[in-house]
Amino acid sequence: MTIFNFYLFDRHGTCLYYTEWSRKKQLTMSKDEEFKLMYGMIFSIKSFASRLSPTDMKEGFLNFTTSKYKLHFFETPSGLKFIMNTDLSVGGMKDVLHQIFSSLYVEYIVKNPLCDMDQPITSELFKNKLDEYVRALPQFSTKVAS
Amino acid sequence: MTIYSVYIINKAGSLIYHYDSPNLSRPAVEKTFSYPLELVLKVFDEKVVVAFGERDGIKVGHAVLGINGIPAEGRLLQDKRDIMEILANEENYPINIKFGKPNLTVNERIMLASMLHSLFAIGSQLSPEPQTSGIQALETDTFKLHCHQTMTGVKFVIIADPKQANIDAVLKKLYEVYADYALKNPFYSLDMPIRAELFDSNLQAVMEQVDKLGISNI
Repeated sequence: MTIFNFYLFDRHGTCLYYTEWSRKKQLTMSKDEEFKLMYGMIFSIKSFASRLSPTDMKEGFLNFTTSKYKLHFFETPSGLKFIMNTDLSVGGMKDVLHQIFSSLYVEYIVKNPLCDMDQPITSELFKNKLDEYVRALPQFSTKVAS
Repeated sequence: MTIYSVYIINKAGSLIYHYDSPNLSRPAVEKTFSYPLELVLKVFDEKVVVAFGERDGIKVGHAVLGINGIPAEGRLLQDKRDIMEILANEENYPINIKFGKPNLTVNERIMLASMLHSLFAIGSQLSPEPQTSGIQALETDTFKLHCHQTMTGVKFVIIADPKQANIDAVLKKLYEVYADYALKNPFYSLDMPIRAELFDSNLQAVMEQVDKLGISNI
């Protein structure tokens, strides 16, 4: 089991935070373009799923899988979008993403008066705490970590 | 019933076949209202939909399906009266309105199919791992979409219950039906919508079998 990378978007589509642990394929496009593409894809999937759904949805889109990876998605009512890519053997990551929101983002960004809410996160504290939290997860295998 | 619908998308991303399960019921709520209306309605995509004020099973996004038993057609009633005008007029109250999730029109389905086609490509482009396929499964809390792409680029898509396992077997079976009854039909031109009676009936037979006997028996 591996966790590849993590994206955090605000409701306007700005990428607040990106980090990666083990990512083999680096894209040819710039990070900025990649974030836009990722946000666009998530936005489209959300509208796609809500229109295709035969019944009314509560949480909406949760995850998708391809042959090599699984993308997990969690959105707060305030529009913050947490996205994590893992390998296929990982089950639900909703609790983990919720935990990142409630005990890392809220604690170290929202409660930090020096952090501007709609600017990319530069806080070293948040960065370190997130890294520490993810590395301690059972889904994170140390074998592949760089 | 665990399979809701089936879509077949050609390699260019256009919808060539769709099938909806006959026992798929979209929820509808009928209620009598007095003036003024507690719900906030707006016109969206040529439909009158609820913008705010969920109550009694009426949800945001539900469309007006009928008023006083007269079915709606887009933003007009069947007798060509404008729904928003009727609802704005106090003399028409008390009024009985039927709300429900709007059915997908053929145009919307075609749009959703091409949307899936591009999402499929972006999904593989944004991969953290090399050499990945496109999206194979997409899960939400109400349904799970399974997609099987053949070597020639045709996509078979099944929308099913999130708990339903072994959809892959049904996807393979669909491919078989497609190969036998669409591709071998001399009147079928490749990449065009499938209009073949034999294909229709065989696909329906597979779906009924899945429905009655379960997936393990196909």
